[in-house]
Amino acid sequence: MFLEVRKLEKSFGGTSVLKGVDFTLEKGQVLSILGSSGSGKTTLLRCINALETADGGEIYVAGNKIFDAAHKDKLKNILNFGFVFQSFNLFPQYTAFENVTLAPILHIKDECKKQKKTKAERERLIREAEEKAKILLTKVGLADKMDSYPCQLSGGQQQRVSIARALALSPDVLCFDEPTSALDPEITGEVLKIIKELAAEDMTMIIVTHEMNFARDVSDKIIFMDNGVIAAEGSPEEIFGKNDNERLHSFLSSFYTGD
Amino acid sequence: MNFWQITLDLLGGFGLTALLFVLTLLFAIPLGLLLSFCSMSKYQPVKKITRVLIWIVRGIPLMLLVCMIYYLPGLLGTGTINIFDKMDRYFTALMGSSELLYYGSFVAVLIAFVINYACYFSEIFRGGIESVPQGQYEAGQVLGLTKGQIFSKIILKQVIKRILPPMSNEIITLVKDTALANVIAIPEIIKRAKDMAATQALTWPLFYTAVFYLLFVGFVTILLGYAEKRLSYFKA
Ligand SMILES: Nc1ncnc2c1ncn2[C@@H]1O[C@H](COP(=O)(O)OP(=O)(O)OP(=O)(O)O)[C@@H](O)[C@H]1O
Ligand SMILES: [Mg+2]
Repeated sequence: MFLEVRKLEKSFGGTSVLKGVDFTLEKGQVLSILGSSGSGKTTLLRCINALETADGGEIYVAGNKIFDAAHKDKLKNILNFGFVFQSFNLFPQYTAFENVTLAPILHIKDECKKQKKTKAERERLIREAEEKAKILLTKVGLADKMDSYPCQLSGGQQQRVSIARALALSPDVLCFDEPTSALDPEITGEVLKIIKELAAEDMTMIIVTHEMNFARDVSDKIIFMDNGVIAAEGSPEEIFGKNDNERLHSFLSSFYTGD
Repeated sequence: MNFWQITLDLLGGFGLTALLFVLTLLFAIPLGLLLSFCSMSKYQPVKKITRVLIWIVRGIPLMLLVCMIYYLPGLLGTGTINIFDKMDRYFTALMGSSELLYYGSFVAVLIAFVINYACYFSEIFRGGIESVPQGQYEAGQVLGLTKGQIFSKIILKQVIKRILPPMSNEIITLVKDTALANVIAIPEIIKRAKDMAATQALTWPLFYTAVFYLLFVGFVTILLGYAEKRLSYFKA
């Protein structure tokens, strides 16, 4: 098992939002998380990414415990996850290219200082990071927008930059929280296409989405969350096919009759 | 006194104004930043005390604050001996000056100005820092950056961009507030012009004085406008 989440619990001021969530994910697989608004999908992703501290539970990556609610202060600081936000959160004062290189270069500088590497070595690593950023931006179709500032980019382009930014740190698991919800319907496709390409390259991903057709196409595994627990779990066929889960049934039918 | 002598005399006074302006900014900006952090502190006592301090300082007229700082050592010490006054006399003797020097008084004014402006600046800084969306911090966090890196590399520039317009207002107010130094007899430009009116019946230097302020404010405005323009390449 590559990623294992055990008994994750989280409450906000007495309201329990995650009530013991367990799931596993193999390397190279894509997991989609479905569920109605307020069911705890974002909270689950945020706990996995240490944006929230879970009240209970454990998280393992490749057999290493990276989080244990019983010892909150230890075990952090292992950069295993990448996160793509619904609202992109690009840094407005930096170009697309600088958004992608900012964190890698800062990490390189820290690392070189710690290991007392030579200036030449540091310059070489930085050049490598810059090369990688160019490759990633080209991959997300923005080779000609590297020097644009976020305010000069469309929503879809911004989201693609933010995917490149997350990929620049070579995360073991890349998480998406409704990556297309803030986009106009006609440009959601360009972002979904990139995610599909990543899936084809065996990137391990967790995707919270309301795009049912996309989830069905891209996922190896789907989790349906309801009120802080996993109410159904299975392959796309199992989730979208015939099943007798009342809540899942009404959730899915709301999508297909909705518009 | 001819025009040149008067210009030189006023310029001497204006030098004090400019010095007070520069030193106030130099000390009040870092102190204001520190106060803004304290006023956003997780530790309730630190936060409460800082906010009360800011409320008090902003509630007291600056002119009164200048007088209070000047007379505070006397009030705390043994009766009428004032450390700022003593400093004035000490330096006067040291420099062998025939006129009373005012270094001590200047220090008192500077302290009052720094305290006053640090409090105003801290509220501007707090507003600027709090207006940066939480998502900017979170984006830095998921990229594995430290708190210090997030602040210096991501947040700071956005804050500067946001606070520049209100800071410009405060800074221009500061130029004009320097006139308050004359309440404890520091011979800044307005005091000199008033003295000329009182002792020599010359009133035009008072009008001439306005030109100094206008030029200075104009210069500061251009500088701040330039800074705003430099940051206009991005939207935050
Ligand atoms: N920081 C917070 N403080 C208090 N309550 C919170 C906080 N974050 C989330 N919640 C609550 O937790 C519940 C689950 O929220 P969450 O954002 O995880 O839902 P979601 O499944 O992502 O919904 P959506 O589809 O609308 O994004 C909601 O009731 C929400 O109000
Ligand atoms: Mg959500």
